[in-house]
Amino acid sequence: MAANMKVKERVAKKQTLCGALMLIEALKAENVKVIFGYPGGAVLPIYDKLYESGVFHVLTRHEQGAIHAAEGYARISGKPGVVIATSGPGATNIVTGLTDAMMDSIPLVVFTGQVASNVIGSDAFQEADVLGITMPITKHSYQVRDIHELPKIIKEAFHIATTGRPGPVLIDIPKDMAVAEAEFDYEQDIQLPGYQPTTKPNHLQIRKLVEAVSQAKRPVILAGAGVLHANAHEQLKQYAEQQNIPVIHTLLGLGGFPADHPLFLGMAGMHGTYTANMALYECDLLINVGARFDDRVTGNLAHFAPKATVAHIDIDPAEIGKNVPTKIPIVGDAKEALIQLIEQNGKRPDVSEWLNKLNEWKREYPLMYKREPGVLKPQRLIEMIHEYTNGEAVVTTDVGQHQMWVAQYYKFKQPHRWVTSGGLGTMGFGLPAAIGAQLAQPEATVVAIVGDGGFQMTLQELSVIQELNLPIKIVIVNNQALGMVRQWQEIFYEKRYSHSLIPNQPDFVRLAEAYGMKAMRATTEEEAEYVLKEAFATNAPVLLDFHVHPGENVYPMVAPGKGLHEMVGVKW
Amino acid sequence: MVKRIITMTVNNRPGVLNRITGLFTKRHYNIESITVGHTETEGVSRMTFVVNVDDERIAEQITKQLNKQIDVLKVVDITDQAIIVRELALIKVAVTSATRGEIYTLIEPFRAAIVDVARDSLVVQVTGEPEKIDALIDLLKPYGLKEVARTGTTAFPRGSQRASSTNKSLFII
Repeated sequence: MAANMKVKERVAKKQTLCGALMLIEALKAENVKVIFGYPGGAVLPIYDKLYESGVFHVLTRHEQGAIHAAEGYARISGKPGVVIATSGPGATNIVTGLTDAMMDSIPLVVFTGQVASNVIGSDAFQEADVLGITMPITKHSYQVRDIHELPKIIKEAFHIATTGRPGPVLIDIPKDMAVAEAEFDYEQDIQLPGYQPTTKPNHLQIRKLVEAVSQAKRPVILAGAGVLHANAHEQLKQYAEQQNIPVIHTLLGLGGFPADHPLFLGMAGMHGTYTANMALYECDLLINVGARFDDRVTGNLAHFAPKATVAHIDIDPAEIGKNVPTKIPIVGDAKEALIQLIEQNGKRPDVSEWLNKLNEWKREYPLMYKREPGVLKPQRLIEMIHEYTNGEAVVTTDVGQHQMWVAQYYKFKQPHRWVTSGGLGTMGFGLPAAIGAQLAQPEATVVAIVGDGGFQMTLQELSVIQELNLPIKIVIVNNQALGMVRQWQEIFYEKRYSHSLIPNQPDFVRLAEAYGMKAMRATTEEEAEYVLKEAFATNAPVLLDFHVHPGENVYPMVAPGKGLHEMVGVKW
Repeated sequence: MVKRIITMTVNNRPGVLNRITGLFTKRHYNIESITVGHTETEGVSRMTFVVNVDDERIAEQITKQLNKQIDVLKVVDITDQAIIVRELALIKVAVTSATRGEIYTLIEPFRAAIVDVARDSLVVQVTGEPEKIDALIDLLKPYGLKEVARTGTTAFPRGSQRASSTNKSLFII
């Protein structure tokens, strides 16, 4: 603490600091509560100053774990996740997480060590061209070449990561820069003439949309994660109710609109609901709020929303018109756009016939699966978790079948409860993301729902969960297979299960116990009831290994290359 | 395929060219030529790209994606404006005492210059729109081209934007 005070005095006098202390002071100025990282040679000077800094640093057991934890933290807290990794292998280990954050617009500020300036380019020990490697997978990146620039760089990095369309920003710090000294001035203004995101929507375009809505017979809103990034969930509900327009979510948008709301049609896309997909096919006005028309949402673009006038609200102008021709482009913040739309209070369209049709589809084609005695169906498992957590838990997942079942059956009622790897589809994301999510909301119930495949990609982070005693409930949806790969092989590759079946999985219960963690297994619905009850009554980490029906597939489904209206598996 | 000319000003920071060309690779855009150089403002460079695209939608995407780069200050697709388009080429042609004089006459209407003379070759320097350079190279080809170096296209809008349609048609590279 004494050392800490000393640092503060020095900063107050704007004294000279070394690069490592600048970094720490900048993190404090940015109100960073937790950082995730892993030490190594090139960041030793930084870690030395961290030692007595009072900054809460979580040592993950792999750099990939650190960056996914930071992503989980950012998703739940709404604040940027901060990561430190060393040069070379430390930095290359965060490449997946950077790409994941880039795809899903997650704000991160990532510090990587680098070999000393005078040996950069000489293939030095643990040298990698991190700037070159990460350029296409970061929103922006810096390499510190002059210590005087470091405060400005960090300040810009936080600004860029968190404004406009959020994303990861990387700062590569050569080892000598961490010890070089200069004056620390963090009060300077940010000057980025090449970066001026448009947040205020164009009034004319808003009026055009209001007019289009008033004329519409079959309008629908497709809401993506942009609604959550903008904290616009209240406005979304208000606008949908004011205009009586049904709402569809993308995978990442889930929770932005309450799943139990009568105007909610479910998730769209490859494993979306029949109603949502058919609504997109039949609508005459499609209002996209903060979604990027990903191919998993649109299916074959030639058949996407063929009858619709498309309006698109997005903070990123490059997303508008990228995949789907757009008649009414609205560049801006989702919240500001929705507020303007609500204020316009335009003429409510006559949608009674449309809503009748949609409700008929909802009744006729609900999500479905068959329960069988003595067998634990994964869909039922997710429903049970939903019941036990009252639909209010923070849920993280990997990618694949279990992810789709959560998206379908965990009916998110609230925003900022859902942490999943959407765009990149990263196996091994869920477990470390849960660490960040729990640290962001210590009081929340956090459930990491993972597959038996993905779990083994980052399971070393069990160690962190146990060490910090984070009361995360780890649910392994264990089908002894890489389920989604197996499903595609069954459907599209004549059941040739090439390297997707893993009948000899380790004993996950004993594995968790080796980490000192409580663990239980269930193979039937009855056992599942029992272990879930027990787990949610425990204020400590618990790992649950659920042996679900191994041949279960995710339906309904839009086959690749097909239009949303060509979905299969909608009815027995 | 249509060709578009995109000019932009960028912060002259380390790696900025890498960022831009990397973006073209990532998004699968084809670059026909790039020129880069300083501008009247210190620390700001101008880049001129000639790109091949399938349609206008892709051209629009390119400018939007370039605009997202933090170090990019301004991007303009100037293809449809009244513009000045220039390229410089150095052409080393084989000569004999018999053909030397002929080549001098031949390049004159192109307002090209001989910038180097050797016993068996000449270096011709020519500036102009890329099609003019193509034409001169075609004419010199029969004499034997030893080496050709072209700078790629650089361009910017004219001071006055009148009669843009005729200017546009001139530029079909």
